[in-house]
Amino acid sequence: MKKEFRVIADLLPKNIRVLDVGCGDGSLMSHLIKEKNIEARGLEIIEENVKKCIYKGLSVIEGNAETELHQFPTKSFDFVILSQTLQAFYNPEKVLKDLLRIGKSVIISIPNFGYWKVRTSLLFFGKMPVTKTLPNSWYDTPNLHMCTIKDFFDFCIEKKININKVVGVNEESTSEIKKSNLEIKNLFSKVGIFLLK
Amino acid sequence: MSEKIKRLNISKSILLDCKQTVKDFSLAYETYGKLNKDKDNAILVFHALTGDQYVSGTNPITNKDGWWVTAVGPGKAIDTNKYFVICANVIGGCMGSWGPKEINKKTNEPYGLNFPVITIKDMVKAQETLLDHLGIKKLLCATGGSMGGMQLLQFCATFPNRTFSAVPIACSTNHSAQNIALNELARQAIMADPVWEKGKYYKKNIQPKNGLAVARMVGHISYLSEKGMQEKFGRKLQEKADYEFSFDADFQVESYLRHQGFAFVERFDANSILYITRAMDYFDLSKQFKGGLVEAFKNQKTKFLVISFSSDWLYTTKENKDTVIALNSAGADVSFAEIKTDKGHDSFLVNEPEFLKTLKGFIDSMHIKFKNKKNEKRI
Repeated sequence: MKKEFRVIADLLPKNIRVLDVGCGDGSLMSHLIKEKNIEARGLEIIEENVKKCIYKGLSVIEGNAETELHQFPTKSFDFVILSQTLQAFYNPEKVLKDLLRIGKSVIISIPNFGYWKVRTSLLFFGKMPVTKTLPNSWYDTPNLHMCTIKDFFDFCIEKKININKVVGVNEESTSEIKKSNLEIKNLFSKVGIFLLK
Repeated sequence: MSEKIKRLNISKSILLDCKQTVKDFSLAYETYGKLNKDKDNAILVFHALTGDQYVSGTNPITNKDGWWVTAVGPGKAIDTNKYFVICANVIGGCMGSWGPKEINKKTNEPYGLNFPVITIKDMVKAQETLLDHLGIKKLLCATGGSMGGMQLLQFCATFPNRTFSAVPIACSTNHSAQNIALNELARQAIMADPVWEKGKYYKKNIQPKNGLAVARMVGHISYLSEKGMQEKFGRKLQEKADYEFSFDADFQVESYLRHQGFAFVERFDANSILYITRAMDYFDLSKQFKGGLVEAFKNQKTKFLVISFSSDWLYTTKENKDTVIALNSAGADVSFAEIKTDKGHDSFLVNEPEFLKTLKGFIDSMHIKFKNKKNEKRI
């Protein structure tokens, strides 16, 4: 399982209700059900992935998070998870608002555009970065609104969204990000995981 | 014919929606496969408008394939080597259940239009007694497409948690204006046939064939998609090189409709079409509950999988999604998949591999969960 998923799982208490938005083939949901007795539901846009979830007996709704989050009642889940897809929406702010409406808490992970390899790619080679977490070229990337951990941090403050915890993930380690170490963590984290209330 | 049909006499009183109380009437049914010792493998299938209890194998009355052989049978998506499949003919139907062509004991004549106007809820209440008769407290799964799906949603609302899982296919929680209109077209075609005689045609031992065939043709158009029909028939002519400048079936699509229409009159009763289409039109689940659909589906522990077909214009993906939204709002456990296909509303009845795989995947995974749950309780 992805390291990111392990960090997300650690942030979650046992026996709660979770909505995994963009749940893929359901590997995070399966893990949460097994390890934490969590009641997990998924929303997924890719038909193939939806079927994989159904075969595993997972509850999944085929649909587009950009347009179909309205179907979930307010505060109907303890946690809503959105893993590395916020940047792919036309209107990420609207999606985020919906997530915060549906969940009592929200976990969002973002691929960090402030990661040093991304920065050096632009600085030294003058080219858009292609990395493991950002595997697409500029012309076929689904990512419309790339941001850095610092950008998202500032965004939450501006929009008065309560940041409960931030975890930075890179190949070697995971570490908590605070205002005091934001600059350095923004440089060395590949992915930022935000716990919002 | 009648000794081939399994019948349950329903002796307990049932209050119909039209306020009439009935008892001692028959419900025809069929079963496939074996109920296992733990009774955790029972699947109830609800049939659609022109279906009957003969889901799989050969229909002993028509000697044709059962209506859902693509999905139900040994080694099929609903595997009868593994599961015990039950299906009953709806009341108002004409394959042995209490319906308009049956004899009214009071008059010793067929009911005709003296048969009460029944509803989807009445159909479901009758079928629930069959589960008691078979000794099944909780089903592994219940499923049905089209009107079968509407019966299933009604079943879940009226008898909460009587099934562990449910697969409503290509259906809705109420009948749309377009669907009511199409049903009205079918009814008007039957009633316009002079043979119909206000439903009293049984006396002469004939059927209003022309009207009933037109009614069936209307149905068949609505079961296909525009694209599917164009691909299948296009403007192809029926075994001829050019137009014949007559009103015979020049086009293949005409010939197809005529064949479907006139084959249908051999096996289906015209008055049954009137009654069953009426039941569909009256179906509106939200109207039955004060709090609407959220109230209808509250406290559901049943695991739902709603399936729609992209080219179905009779029960659109949007309508199926509305059911999903209602279930979600009620806090039910619901999955949803749209099958991408050109085969229209008919997709659930024909060989549509993606649909069948999804159905099988869901039911098999539910069986494992259901068994585990039962074992937990035992420990």
